[in-house]
Amino acid sequence: MSDLRELYQQVILDHNKNPRNFHEMADATRHVDGYNPLCGDHYTIFVRTDGDTIADVSFTGNGCAISKASASVMSSTVKGKSKEEAENLFHTFHRLVTGDTSGLSAADLGRLAAFSGVSEFPARVKCATLAWHTLKSALDGQAESVSTE
Amino acid sequence: MSAVIEPRVEYDVESIRRDFPILKRLARGKHLVYLDNAATTQKPRQVIDRIVRYYSEENSNVHRGVHYLSELATVEYENARGYVQRFINARDVKEIVFTRGTTESINLVAQTWGRKNVGAGDEILISAIEHHSNIVPWQMLCAEKNATLRIVPVADNGELLIDEYERMLNPRVKLVAVGHGSNALGTINPIKRMIAAAHANGSLVLIDGAQGVPHMRVDVQDHGSDFYAFSGHKVYGPTGVGVLYGREALLDAMPPWQGGGDMILSVSFEKTTYNALPYKFEAGTPNIAGVIGLAAALEYVSSIGLDAIAAYEHELLVYATNRLREIEGLRIIGTAREKAAVISFVLEGVHPHDIGTILDQEGIAVRTGHHCAQPVMLRYNIPATGRASFGLYNTKEEADVLVAGLRKVIEVFR
Repeated sequence: MSDLRELYQQVILDHNKNPRNFHEMADATRHVDGYNPLCGDHYTIFVRTDGDTIADVSFTGNGCAISKASASVMSSTVKGKSKEEAENLFHTFHRLVTGDTSGLSAADLGRLAAFSGVSEFPARVKCATLAWHTLKSALDGQAESVSTE
Repeated sequence: MSAVIEPRVEYDVESIRRDFPILKRLARGKHLVYLDNAATTQKPRQVIDRIVRYYSEENSNVHRGVHYLSELATVEYENARGYVQRFINARDVKEIVFTRGTTESINLVAQTWGRKNVGAGDEILISAIEHHSNIVPWQMLCAEKNATLRIVPVADNGELLIDEYERMLNPRVKLVAVGHGSNALGTINPIKRMIAAAHANGSLVLIDGAQGVPHMRVDVQDHGSDFYAFSGHKVYGPTGVGVLYGREALLDAMPPWQGGGDMILSVSFEKTTYNALPYKFEAGTPNIAGVIGLAAALEYVSSIGLDAIAAYEHELLVYATNRLREIEGLRIIGTAREKAAVISFVLEGVHPHDIGTILDQEGIAVRTGHHCAQPVMLRYNIPATGRASFGLYNTKEEADVLVAGLRKVIEVFR
């Protein structure tokens, strides 16, 4: 049960049940669909940018607790950050969920630390990173949709 | 391997379990509870040993050499074909084509019979609860030929609307392609009635038997299908081998599919003469060990008895269904009156993927997701389900472990 509690931390269960920024955005600069065809997770990430700043982020869709909580935490974490800061956070988050944590401090992680248990569940890394990949694509202005496969 | 063995008298699940080495192992430190049999089944020692014996003592290429081992391998390979023929009661061994599995069998029919016989304005009927492997090959064919793919609808309980199906039959329908059983919902379709109606309409019928052969006695002459496809690995045999049964006259009239060795009588740069059935459809060196292992698997289930397996699995289905219904917030998707031991379910407030991870920590293997049947998920307006699918070695105690595991899921998410 300890690994499970580590995976399904209270923060994750809370964000799954009451996701933040869980709505469409009428004045979004871009929106991108993200799919995990393996498990059917599907989200749309909306971004409004103001120059280099991410003025607002929201999302809609559905999927497992890990993917939904990750989208929720991401949306509140990157709001107000610059594109570069968001990219760095993604990089940090990716290292966290794949277990490459050397040199990562609690300050680097902030709320993202709730996802530390994911590294023990390799099959769930894609769930945790789906929203981030989708956001990155929205910021890069490339694809209209992103797939984990 | 000359005759179908008489069934054992009593259903002794503990003795059956001892035939499956993998059931002794632990998963995540717990006793393995394998409830993913609709994805693939575990293999009994009889199959594993047979494959080992083939590679240890008999390995050679078939239909080629004059040497001792080649003759031996050829005899074993063709004996396996004979066993499959008797197992599904085909009229002739020529009607048994070995493939890589159900998917390849269906594609073979779509690409040969279909390309030759389906034209613009023709219709192919499939059902709303098909596996992707019985959807996509027909979509590809219809797109190529400007034909129309029509979908037989399904009732809320997972049963096909047979009256609606019979109304959809019309002179343009060249083929009906339906599953014997649904991998996502467990529904067993009334194929004998559906085939009779199609034939009365002048349409041919292909049955996707991937979820038929493992669970019940299949008699292709009795139910009358024109094509019947199934996989070895879903009936306790090896992966990478399957069967296409086709009525001889149909197979004979079909053009070959893949070209290569074994499917030819003679080759020159001016003209190639194709081989007779069934070799016309078996280009290249076949999966010899797989075919021999498949026959061993069919022999194994015959030794237990298909009717005995069906009766035992039904008992498991009823027991597990009742136990799962005790769980508040759990809803079973697919409650057809005729059902294989497949239970798809959703749990209020918990995504199936999370259920899968938590059950996995208890050593319980279930499938979560869309089960390669995304249209089924759309039909029931759910993103995915959890699915417990039982096999001949599962027990009521394992259903109890599943229920306890699901209670743990609820505990985590409360």
